Formats: sequence, C-alpha cells, structure tokens
Amino acid sequence: MTPASPAGRAARPARPHIIVFLAPAILVYTAVMIVPLFETLRLSVFRSVANADTFVGWANFGALFFDDRWSHGFWNALRNNVIFFCIQMVQNPIGIGLAALLALPRLRGSAFYRTAIFMPTLLSFVIVGFGWKLILSPLWGVAPSLLGAVGLKFLFAPYLGRENSALITLGLISVWQYVGVPMMLCYAALISIPDELIDAAEIDGIVGIEQFFKIKLPLIWPTVGMISILTFVGNFNAFDLIYVTQGALAGPNYSTDILGTLLYRTFFGYQLQLGDPNMGATVATMMFLIILAGVCIYLFAVQRRLSRYQF
Amino acid sequence: MSRRTIAAHAALIAYTAVALLPVLFIVMNSLKSRRAIFATPLALPGPGTFDLVGYTTVLASGGFGTYFTNSLIVTLLSLAGILAFGSMAAFALAEYRFRLNTLTGLYLMLGIMIPIRLGTVGILELMVGSHLVNTLTALILVYIASGLPIAVFVLTEFMRTISDDLKNAGRVDGLSEYEIFYWLALPLVRPALSTVAVFTMIPIWNDLWFPLILAPGDSTRTVTLGAQQFIGQYVTNWNAVLAALSLSILPVVVLYLLFSKNLIRGITAGAVK
Repeated sequence: MTPASPAGRAARPARPHIIVFLAPAILVYTAVMIVPLFETLRLSVFRSVANADTFVGWANFGALFFDDRWSHGFWNALRNNVIFFCIQMVQNPIGIGLAALLALPRLRGSAFYRTAIFMPTLLSFVIVGFGWKLILSPLWGVAPSLLGAVGLKFLFAPYLGRENSALITLGLISVWQYVGVPMMLCYAALISIPDELIDAAEIDGIVGIEQFFKIKLPLIWPTVGMISILTFVGNFNAFDLIYVTQGALAGPNYSTDILGTLLYRTFFGYQLQLGDPNMGATVATMMFLIILAGVCIYLFAVQRRLSRYQF
Repeated sequence: MSRRTIAAHAALIAYTAVALLPVLFIVMNSLKSRRAIFATPLALPGPGTFDLVGYTTVLASGGFGTYFTNSLIVTLLSLAGILAFGSMAAFALAEYRFRLNTLTGLYLMLGIMIPIRLGTVGILELMVGSHLVNTLTALILVYIASGLPIAVFVLTEFMRTISDDLKNAGRVDGLSEYEIFYWLALPLVRPALSTVAVFTMIPIWNDLWFPLILAPGDSTRTVTLGAQQFIGQYVTNWNAVLAALSLSILPVVVLYLLFSKNLIRGITAGAVK
C-alpha cells in the first residue's frame, strides 16, 4: 500500500473516521501488549534495591549466565527447550505423510480422517497432560495392557517419572496433540497443486512414490517452513503441558524444565525461594531475543532459499 | 479397491486410532466403578461396572458451574472485542490511503510473532496498578490484545477484496463511512469473521497461564484452571479425576463437531492464500 500523494491529501478534508476505526485496536494492543513488553525488557536491566529501581546494566544477564544460583537452571532449561523443539519437529514428517495419504485422488472417508486426527489439537494442555499422565501411569493398566496386547509389554516403563525419558515423552505427547496442524496445512498445499503439473509428470513417467518426492514435496516446502517457525514460536508456550504433568518444579529433578517453567518459578518464586520480578524479566527478555533470532534466521536465511511457485 | 488404497486406509485408520483412543479411554473409564477402572481398563462400561460416582463427586464439589460461567464470559467478551476492534482496524487499513498506513499495519501485526506471555511481568504490574487482579476484566483485556494481531491480518486481506464500486455507490447514496463499514463491509466478510472467531476462541478457552497469574481467585477461576486445581486436589480419586477430564473435553468436542466444516475450510483457505 502506498501513501496518498501530497496533492490528494491536500484536496481531502480531515478524516476523523480513520482515527475512530483504528483507535480501539491500537489503544488496547499498545496498553496491554506492547507497553508491558517494553516494561519487561526495561526491568531486565534494573534491580530493585530498597523499593527503588537501580540501573544495573547487564548485571542481571551476567548473573543468569554465570552466577551458580541461576546459571545451572538457565542453561538446563535452554538445553531442554532445544531438545523439546527438536522432538516436536517429528510432527512434520508424520503430518506430511498423513496429508499425502489424504490427498490421494478418490480416497473415501478423507473428511472423517481429517476431522478425527485434528481433534486432539483443540483440547487444552490440562486435558492432554492429565489424560496422558493417567494413561502412562504404572498404577493404571492401560498402557501396559495395550502394549501387552501386541506382545510388547516389556517396553513399558514409567516414562514420565524417569529423568532420561520424561522430556522426550512430553515432546511426543505434544506431537500427538499438534500433528493435525502440519497435516491440515500440507493437505491444503497438496490439493492446490494444479492437475496439469501432475499430468506432465505422469507423461514423463514419474509416478507413485517418485512423483511424491520429486514433484509434490518440493512444492510444499514453503508450507513446512512456515509450520516450523510457528512451532518454534509456540514452543515457548509449552509451559502449560509441563506445569500440568510435572508441576512448577518440572520434575523429575528439573529434567523437564524449559524456559517457560523457569520464568514462572523465577518470577513468582516457589517453596522457600522468593519471586524476583527483575530476574523474571531477564528470563523473559532472553526468550524474546531467542525468538527474535529464530524468526530472523528463518526470514533471511531459510525462506529466501525456498523457491516459491506461482500457479 | 487396489492394494495401494487398502494400504492407505490401513495407515489412516491406525493413526486415527492413535489420535482418538486416549480420549476414548478417559471418557469410557469415567463411567465405571473404581474397581472396574483398575481391573478392566480396556473394557467398555457394562451393566456390572457402570457407575456415575465420579460425576457426582465433581458436581457436589461445586465450583464447576462458576468456572464454566467464567470461561464463557471471558471467551465471549474477548471474542466480541477482538472481532469488533479487529474488523474496524482492518477496514481502515484496507479502505483508506493515509500516511503511516503500512507502518500501522506492521505495528498491529507484530504480535503474531511475539507471544504475549513474554510481557507477563509488565502485564501483572499493570493489572496490580489498575486494581484489576482477580477480575475477569484483566483476562478479557489480555486476550483481546493477544487476539488482535492475527484478526487484523486475516480481516485486512478479506476487506481488500470488497469491490470499490459497491462502497462508492453507498457514498453516493449518502451513507457515512461508519454506515458503509457496518452495512456494506461487515456482512461481506462474515465467513472470515467466523473463521477468526473459531481460531481465537480455542486458545482463549484452553489458556492456563493468564488465569493462573492474573485471576487465580475462587470466584474468577476459568474452567481450565478449575479443572487443573480440582484434579490436583483429588489426584488419588480416579473416578473424580476421569469425570472432571471428561466434562472438560465435552464442550470442546461438541463445539468442534458443530464448527469443524468451517474450521477446516478456514485453515485450508488460509493456507492456499
């Protein structure tokens, strides 16, 4: 959209209605989202001493990175966050596979499968987290008897209670919940590929699996890239799932602690430790910078290399 | 059917089972007696094992009625705010040429990439300062702010497709700009409004973070927070926990089945764009 030419602007009378239309959205958005966000960024370079804010520069960040009281928790949470994101990426191949099957021509019941597989996406983390906690509980026999029915009972372990498997299990639960999103978006991208393109491939003798990998998959890479960056941003909302299943302490022994739960504990305190708004703001600022870096890398490095095709 | 089609169906049925069975196990066992939950977890509730004790515990503990009303109020008012403010801003951005148009649009859409939770420290400070802690108003304001970016983004795209001739005809007939927005533009973007409504409604209804931080009091608890706290309290009463989970699943599933066509069409249409 280009701004009006100076001549056009001068000829027009004042237009108060533009302000009336824009004001409510801008006011609420600025007051409740943008200002608090900047306030949070500001607090991260201050420290509250005797009820007065004192500017401390990068000291809070220094404490977060290197001070033993904070740094263990921070690096641990950051590492777990990266692992959690990598496990979540499993949703892409599964989603693409399901979408490819759904997009097969003349497949009956496609709408039913789509509706059913997308359903878990709508449930809250509270339902999903507690539901899986019950199902995986060694007290209740659902998971062991199900595995027993297919002769794999020896595979069962209290996955959520073990340090080395809890985070992976939570990542897979998240995949189970959100696989509908890549499935749906890839399905939409696949069915919008024009028939002429597929016909041309068939004339050249490219059919079946080969056609999928050589023709269709390259065409949906931009969609997959978009899903990945949205998952990356949404990753920082995984607090709910971990809080519900493992509590604010992200047990066992902080093995499922991610930046979201760390922010909650730092800001509000837990057990004997008091909450600390400035350190909380510092953690939030780090999350902000990581998201910003991720989005920039995506926009400037990844998205430009993905070829887009106009049909 | 060819062998390939059969294989495709087999794979899809298998994954559908993975998606639905966990939910089914929870709902199924919520209708059974405590003994049957543990003895035969995979069996359907039968004459000997059918028991509603979980549901009576949940309903007797009270609270859920209030929580449900709170969630409904918060979700509906936030939705009304997002749709009203969002469509007004989208109309202005799509319809008028003015200085700062592009910049205003970018500013409003910035929030798509930044989760509002990062501003929590500042938001709590703001709500404490304006005495809004433990009120539904605080939640509604936060959800309107967080829902606006995506609403403005989607609605602006749709507002741009409305024909100029129609609006100019309205102007010739003496309609004010407000009347053009309300009588001509809004009815034409109704499909987009319902898509935005369904999209923004789900995360608001399901949110745990802001109810936990801004409105944890008993009288302002939402259903998501209420279920979380109830389950935490009754963690050893499996009947009650399973019933509470089933009751929280129910409204979402009913809404989903009613709107699934709209929702799926909305997702696919948005992606094709």
